[in-house]
Amino acid sequence: MRSALIVLMLVICSAPAAIAQTLQPILQTHAAEISKPSRRSVGETLDAITRSSLPQATAFLEQWSEKKIWQRDDGLFFIGVADGNTLALTDIDTQAKSSAPKANYKQLKPNGGVRRLIGTALVQFQLIDPDLPRRETAVASIARRPEAAQLAPLLASIATETDPALKVRKTQLANFLSARFADEPADRIAAINSLATDTSVESRAVLNQILSVKPGVARTQPVGNIAAIHDPMDAPDAYYTALINEDLAPAKHTTADMKRTLKSNIVDGRIAGFSLAQMNDLETRKAAYAALATDGLVPVLITEDLRDASLNDHVFYDLYDEPNAEITAAAHRVLGSVTSRVATAQVADLTLDALSLASIFFLAAIGLAITFGVMGVINMAHGEFIMMGAYTGYVVQLFVPNYTVSLIIALPLAFAVTFGAGVVMERLVIRRLYHRPLETLLATFGISIALQQIAKNIFGTQARPLTSPDWLAGAWVFNDVIQISYIRIAIFVLALMFLGLIIYILKRTRLGLEVRAVTQNPGMASSMGIDPDRINMMTFGLGSGIAGIAGVAIGLYAKVTSEMGSDYIVQSFMTVVVGGVGNVWGTLAGAAMIGFGQKGIEWLNPSNTLAAQTYMIFFVILFIQFRPKGIVAQKGRAAGD
Amino acid sequence: MQNTFIDKNPSVLWSLLGLSLFTVIVSICSEAAGTALISTSFLKTLGKTLCLCLVAVAMDVAWGYCGILSLGHFAFFGIGGYAIGMWLMYDRTKNIVVSSLESNILPATPEEITDAIGSQIFGVVGSSDFPLIWAFSHSLTLQLLAVLLVPGLLALVFGWFAFRSRVAGVYLSILTQAMTLALSLYLFQNDTGLRGNNGLSGLQNIPGLEAVSQATLSLWFFWSSALALAAGYLLFAWMTSGKFGSVIRAIRDNEARVRFLGYHVESYKLFIFTVTAMVAGVAGALYYPQAGIINPAEIAPIASIYLAVWVAIGGRGRLYGAVIGAAVVSLMSSWFTGGSAPDINLGGYVVKWTDWWLVLLGLTFVAVTLFFPKGIGGLIDLLPRKGERT
Repeated sequence: MRSALIVLMLVICSAPAAIAQTLQPILQTHAAEISKPSRRSVGETLDAITRSSLPQATAFLEQWSEKKIWQRDDGLFFIGVADGNTLALTDIDTQAKSSAPKANYKQLKPNGGVRRLIGTALVQFQLIDPDLPRRETAVASIARRPEAAQLAPLLASIATETDPALKVRKTQLANFLSARFADEPADRIAAINSLATDTSVESRAVLNQILSVKPGVARTQPVGNIAAIHDPMDAPDAYYTALINEDLAPAKHTTADMKRTLKSNIVDGRIAGFSLAQMNDLETRKAAYAALATDGLVPVLITEDLRDASLNDHVFYDLYDEPNAEITAAAHRVLGSVTSRVATAQVADLTLDALSLASIFFLAAIGLAITFGVMGVINMAHGEFIMMGAYTGYVVQLFVPNYTVSLIIALPLAFAVTFGAGVVMERLVIRRLYHRPLETLLATFGISIALQQIAKNIFGTQARPLTSPDWLAGAWVFNDVIQISYIRIAIFVLALMFLGLIIYILKRTRLGLEVRAVTQNPGMASSMGIDPDRINMMTFGLGSGIAGIAGVAIGLYAKVTSEMGSDYIVQSFMTVVVGGVGNVWGTLAGAAMIGFGQKGIEWLNPSNTLAAQTYMIFFVILFIQFRPKGIVAQKGRAAGD
Repeated sequence: MQNTFIDKNPSVLWSLLGLSLFTVIVSICSEAAGTALISTSFLKTLGKTLCLCLVAVAMDVAWGYCGILSLGHFAFFGIGGYAIGMWLMYDRTKNIVVSSLESNILPATPEEITDAIGSQIFGVVGSSDFPLIWAFSHSLTLQLLAVLLVPGLLALVFGWFAFRSRVAGVYLSILTQAMTLALSLYLFQNDTGLRGNNGLSGLQNIPGLEAVSQATLSLWFFWSSALALAAGYLLFAWMTSGKFGSVIRAIRDNEARVRFLGYHVESYKLFIFTVTAMVAGVAGALYYPQAGIINPAEIAPIASIYLAVWVAIGGRGRLYGAVIGAAVVSLMSSWFTGGSAPDINLGGYVVKWTDWWLVLLGLTFVAVTLFFPKGIGGLIDLLPRKGERT
């Protein structure tokens, strides 16, 4: 007896196991739905398949989605790959391979909607798939199209997640989904509150979706979660159009409509008793129209008073799609705090941009400031030295294909080339024009015209590329709002290096001592045995050399054309004028002020960089009123005009 | 010896005589007179050159006589052009619109006419409303006043700010460059109401004078430009003579000393700056109807620098120097860049003047500044004078 009981128990125990082992019976129960699935009704079938928790269920769903499931004449389903007229079949449960002619089989092709639902069902399996890339793909597909049904499986999969980065991402996504789809309002509010520190675009999108509104109009204020009530007088025509669209008010006539109606009511060369010649006045036309309206020939013209009366009769509101007022209030509050965080981040980003712009202006202007400080000479060809440096870089890159090596060669070569050009210019031209600063300005301008044209003749008018090495490509991304490209960071570092180098040269070397002496008092310096001619030559060369290096740096991130010099010359002048002459810190202060000023104005009017430059120039002109000698002015008797 | 104005300034008489002779010869040779020795397009070029001579004379008075190197004077030239261009465009568009609306059954209301004009003019920048600047563009008198007053006002404000804080020398030149750059950038934007970089076009069609042929119209403009040049020349010759002229020249030579002598230097400089700006505006108003189009690229900083180049090459500190410089350099410039100059074959390389003219100009400018500071006008000094003993 006991052995019979044991056998019975074994049979009973194994039976469900035996039944649970195969998917095919479940498929057969829902055969009709599977062979002709519809988006609305396939959900039940999918639930049944997923509830079976069979390993082959995942494979079946995947193959079904890829249209690789074939149904035989007798109703059984197989995985199949077509090869001409034969079908290579795989059994769903046993994985046994066979082949058969295609004629007895029908391919199942679920439509897009059904495939999407299959995908959602698959997600549950993919979230706990042992393969990491598959899990990441599943998470990415949830992020692309969040749905309420994904919340539960996502939450379930977090606990067992082994990859820490993916776990963080899953928690974040779970938060987003809870905020939108959780059942309990308390859960949703908790999720919303946890988004307060997330400044990402995704998080703000979630909050904005919770706060989405639908505009509406009615005679009385409706019940429900009202977002705002609008005053129709803010934009009467727009709101009246809304009324017309809801058929709550008669259509308004434009002047063009009025004109058409009047034209179609011409009787014997007159309109409602007015002659045609009188129609050249708007008031007469309105009077004629009113006369026609009284006769009942045309609808009454909606005057502004009538329009305003209709507007005031109605309430214009925005209704939240989300009915729970607590949730929208929480979302609103959190969005407010997030927006202020984003604004702070934007200020940080702007500061980074402004620092980068200031460093570019500093590099471009420091050479000019040095020559102006020492010699009182404004070199209008300074922009062309920047251009020469950039073209030197381009030529080096033509011969040296490795970008990093070419940069290492180009920087000192550009310095040497422009140093030489500066020395030549000083000896030939500037030396003869001492104490005549206006003439020097004009003579250097003549050289600048000639240099620009020569460059155009040699290199052509189109922009030449100066490519940065790969390790400088890309950007440093702090978060969604704050980011800055590596090239700009490199230019900033270069500017700092030059600042240090110039201060070192000026303060610690013999040359610097002599330069400072000649700046302050050339006569006395020459009495002390310093040769002012040689110092002037070296200074001019140094200033031009720095311009050449600035040219390479600028060429890396902007275009290299023969006209690039003139883009920077006015800004360089203003940096020198604003910063004051004869002092490196002055130039630094000037560059900082102009860089920050221009970025600040751009932020106030982001679409228009031209306007920013214009207002910056006005600002500089005004600034000169208050400090005509610049921010850091030369003082003392030696400071000439 | 009489102490008349002409005796003290013999060059004025010679210059005016020369100008009259030039005008008569060109008129006889023009197409309108029948001989057609000079084509209408070259006549227009000559007329435009006379306008450029006028603005160069103004620049010379500011720089050569008073020492204010303003590298932004072309901005005033452009503003004058824009002011008259606004009326020309408005009136011509109005004539077109009215004649096209005449075929309608209902006569057009004034609002409809204005709207149509607005969309015609501003359709190219995507709007159809009239900006505030065009408030007076329907009236010729008011726009003519604007030609004088707007550059004058801008010069007054800018000059007051600049001279009051004793900005001088190279600083002033840089600031005037910045001013003209700011203005051209401002005008490049589409929403400032002057059609952005499309500028104003069709200015050669004078409303009301459609029946007159282009040849005759060009001749009339040529005469007006010559008349304006003569009037400006006389005005400046009178201003720079006598005590006022002496003070101006003294300011150029040593500003501090003049200040110590008790003169209010800032007022003199401001006066000269403003008057030259107004004359530049008038020159622009005559130039652009002959050119037919104006756009913000015309008042780029480089244009004002070319003005200084002309005055320097022609000879600054002399009124006729400015005229010579402007005429010679701008005519040569159009000859070289027009492609009619012969190419020079250097064996391995052919020098094409369209590419190398600017290099020549730049180097000439350097040479003039270094070695010939008196410019072409210095050649006149070589002529023997009355009563000079060799």
